[in-house]
Amino acid sequence: MSESKLKRVDLIFGEYSSAKYKVLADALKRSNEEILEDLMESGLRGRGGAGFPTGMKWKLAAEAPGKEKYVICNADEGEPGTFKDREILSRVPRKVFSGMAICGKVIGAQKGYVYLRGEYKFLLPELTRELEQYHDQIGKLGFDFPIEIKLGSGAYICGEESALFESMEGFRGEPRNKPPYPTTFGFMGKPTVINNVETFVNVVMIMRLGPIQFKLLGTSDSRGSKVFSVSGDTPIPGIYELELGMPLDRFVEEFGDGDTKAVQVGGASGFCVPRKKFRETVIGFEGVPTGGSMMLFNSSRSMYNVLHNYLNFFEEESCGQCTPCRVGCQQLRKGIVAVKKGEKKALYLDQLMKLAESMKITAKCGLGQSVANSFSSIVYNFKEEMIY
Amino acid sequence: MAKKVTITIDGIQVSVDEGSTILETARKLDIHIPTLCYHEDLCVAGNCRVCVVEQENSRILPAACATPVSEGMVIHTNSGKVRQARKHIVELLLSEHNADCTKCYKNRNCELQKLASQMLTGDHMFLDLVPEKRYAIDLFNSALIKDDSRCIRCQRCVRTCEELQSVSALGVAYRGNKMKISTFFEHSLFEVVCTNCGQCVNRCPTGALIERNYVDKVWDAIYDPAKHVVVQTAPAVRVALGESLGMPPGKIVTGKMVTALRRLGFTAVLDTDFTADLTIIEEGHELLERLKRALVDKDPKVALPMATSCSPGWIKFLEHTFPELLPNLSTCKSPQQMFGALVKTYYAQKRKLDPKNVVSVSIMPCTAKKFEADRPEMRSSGYKDVDYVLTTRELAIMITQAGLEFDKLPDEPFDSIMGVSTGAGVIFGTTGGVMEAALRTVYEVVTGREVPFEDLNIIPVRGTEGEVREASLKITKTKPEFRYLEGIELQCVVANGLAYAKQVMQNVKEGKVHYHFIEIMACPGGCLGGGGQPIPTNKEIRNKRKHAIYEEDLGMPLRKSHENPEVQEIYKEFLVKPLGHKSHELLHTHYTPRKRY
Repeated sequence: MSESKLKRVDLIFGEYSSAKYKVLADALKRSNEEILEDLMESGLRGRGGAGFPTGMKWKLAAEAPGKEKYVICNADEGEPGTFKDREILSRVPRKVFSGMAICGKVIGAQKGYVYLRGEYKFLLPELTRELEQYHDQIGKLGFDFPIEIKLGSGAYICGEESALFESMEGFRGEPRNKPPYPTTFGFMGKPTVINNVETFVNVVMIMRLGPIQFKLLGTSDSRGSKVFSVSGDTPIPGIYELELGMPLDRFVEEFGDGDTKAVQVGGASGFCVPRKKFRETVIGFEGVPTGGSMMLFNSSRSMYNVLHNYLNFFEEESCGQCTPCRVGCQQLRKGIVAVKKGEKKALYLDQLMKLAESMKITAKCGLGQSVANSFSSIVYNFKEEMIY
Repeated sequence: MAKKVTITIDGIQVSVDEGSTILETARKLDIHIPTLCYHEDLCVAGNCRVCVVEQENSRILPAACATPVSEGMVIHTNSGKVRQARKHIVELLLSEHNADCTKCYKNRNCELQKLASQMLTGDHMFLDLVPEKRYAIDLFNSALIKDDSRCIRCQRCVRTCEELQSVSALGVAYRGNKMKISTFFEHSLFEVVCTNCGQCVNRCPTGALIERNYVDKVWDAIYDPAKHVVVQTAPAVRVALGESLGMPPGKIVTGKMVTALRRLGFTAVLDTDFTADLTIIEEGHELLERLKRALVDKDPKVALPMATSCSPGWIKFLEHTFPELLPNLSTCKSPQQMFGALVKTYYAQKRKLDPKNVVSVSIMPCTAKKFEADRPEMRSSGYKDVDYVLTTRELAIMITQAGLEFDKLPDEPFDSIMGVSTGAGVIFGTTGGVMEAALRTVYEVVTGREVPFEDLNIIPVRGTEGEVREASLKITKTKPEFRYLEGIELQCVVANGLAYAKQVMQNVKEGKVHYHFIEIMACPGGCLGGGGQPIPTNKEIRNKRKHAIYEEDLGMPLRKSHENPEVQEIYKEFLVKPLGHKSHELLHTHYTPRKRY
């Protein structure tokens, strides 16, 4: 490989510590303020995709009034093209549980839950075994923070945090109105920190290495490393931990098959970047953010089919409660079909582009606000493929 | 005192309580923000998104109904961005909606239609999604029709059914493009726990949930020269009918209503209030009978407390939810059904009519009455006791169809016989009314004295919405034959809205409370808030109707059921005595346990 190769990082899957649960044991000895300070200093932002500063989230929940609080690990990994949480949970579950426990200590929560994607049920025996060890260890440490695993039932929307709470409470998985936010009104209406699987692991690594070490990775807006799920037209699909803030052209150089025409960054709800913009695009919160999914498409692919596939997915996976997302997704998919078939003029795409903009600003939840991202970016960059 | 927050809406600075929403604040400033899923009676859903507004420094447009104000917030309710977004949303709703307005029962009375007209939707912007949806219409229920093709999924009905009524017959099923409002396993409304209360109909912004209308059947009967068409009018209709005919809420239109019915061609215009008075006599004696069996005979089988049975939504609710408490229901039929049974027996005899030529129509504030009239046990005259039940809204349609200028009609009195009533009958139309009417009579029967309240107004039992009202009345110095009641505190409870009924009955079931007499009305506010009443409905409107009812009561020359001369006459000539043989045959009924889904 050439020397331009992207730097590989080994924080997430690397060694936990010299002794079992040592990071957790050390963290429990520290003050909550110190831990929060470290997190803020590290610049860690949520790894689910939205990138909310983790330290800030924990601080808000810690300061929220009330004694009953919860920590939830969002393992409802449902974004098409994302499979990194599965890998993390199967390889380093101990780090995940430790991160949750540290959060429990800092915010004063009594209990933690892992909301595990229904399709990941096969991970359950292994996770349960590790959980037993975890409970054993915290018992020895004299810390009371039980963790329980709840299984989802296959709805994409339940990865949205407030829909996830509804689902856990036994209701239909539908997003709530915000505000209030989870840090004050979350699971069971109590202050809750909900973080992505990878975020908890990052916390553990910051505890182990210190914020300074962590900050050496990434850019000023996107600190640390990120686990990417690389798929599509690539000779080397798989899970890779890379520094955040890399330029997309270098990524493509290394992972592409030499004929990459577009990369879908962030899954079906993310953005499609065409070849001509590879150079200027940075993968990170200052550029195009991602929950980890990187899908490469070469010139043999029809972007119309790619988009149709995404929209089909959203048409079925929208919870259906709010108008822009429920009906908007149907209109976008049917609209591109109608244009392709010639039933609608090409100009109709402009109308749909405006609709997509409305969907992004009027939908009730983060998902509904992002379903049109792939539409806008694919239609904008590959208009001719939509028409002919 | 609540903390104040200062915000700016459309350039107007205003200070409001912390926790208020943008919508509430705008309304205070008389700025109209359109809404669809929002309803004052229900919790906020925030799912239609029609009420989005622009907030400075915010990436998204928040929903005004669901977003609390925060200090320094700057809102624009009419910016270009907002207008574009709202138009898109209405267009999206229309694309999924069967917008064949001229074929819709709610034509010109539809909130979506109004919005579409405001926004000049014109040629529909997006593809029509209706043809491939394969929408179904549930036509199997005798009271309500559910047409999914008209549904905009605002979930007002779902919230109504769950929050106000705790019935949850309607719920959300599936997701995404298949998401719909449905019932248990998509059964017809007549096969599930639905009580036919019609509260969902009152709140549906479109024509997705409507009453089954019998307007044409009634016209046919009127036009048939061989038929003697008798109409009865429920107490709550006369304080609400005007609303559907351009009058403000709270107007009493009894006289105009009678004139209108006569001009429509009904042969006799009679009053359900008459059988409301009769109900009091029967039900009052039934209560005394049960108390005697419990206190004197020590009969362990007697079911106390006794609950009223006038509200058919409530009856069906109990049949589904607490079948083990059915013995606690009074066996008295509702005033409508007593009336029906008597029209085809007593009335027909007096008028020398063959009952098969008598058509009995009732005007009710209620949709559940339609179901009640269809119950197999409601044929004790040998015929269907009540042939057609029309809601207040259907009567308004007939009046409009006949070209009557309602507000200019003169006032006329009811026909007789079965047209005389007392104030006690009138207050059946509001929550607490049956209780008050019953107490006015029972107390006097037992003690020989009037109830000890000024102007006979038994304020403690006058229920209000959103509460369970308990009251007690001490009975002293009884007549000799009621000695067993001496010193007893008659424990009463009044509830309206099935969510509150459920609370009361759960407590009764668990033995936590010891009442003698329970009054339940299925709908918020009682019949005046019934599912057949004019749309829209909200607390303010219902309150105005309530004041009108008490005003009507206070203005009546007779205020106590047992003083109704026609009631006295019917006992003398026909029924002989309360709870007698004839009464049991015609005025009492039984109930059916039903399944819980």
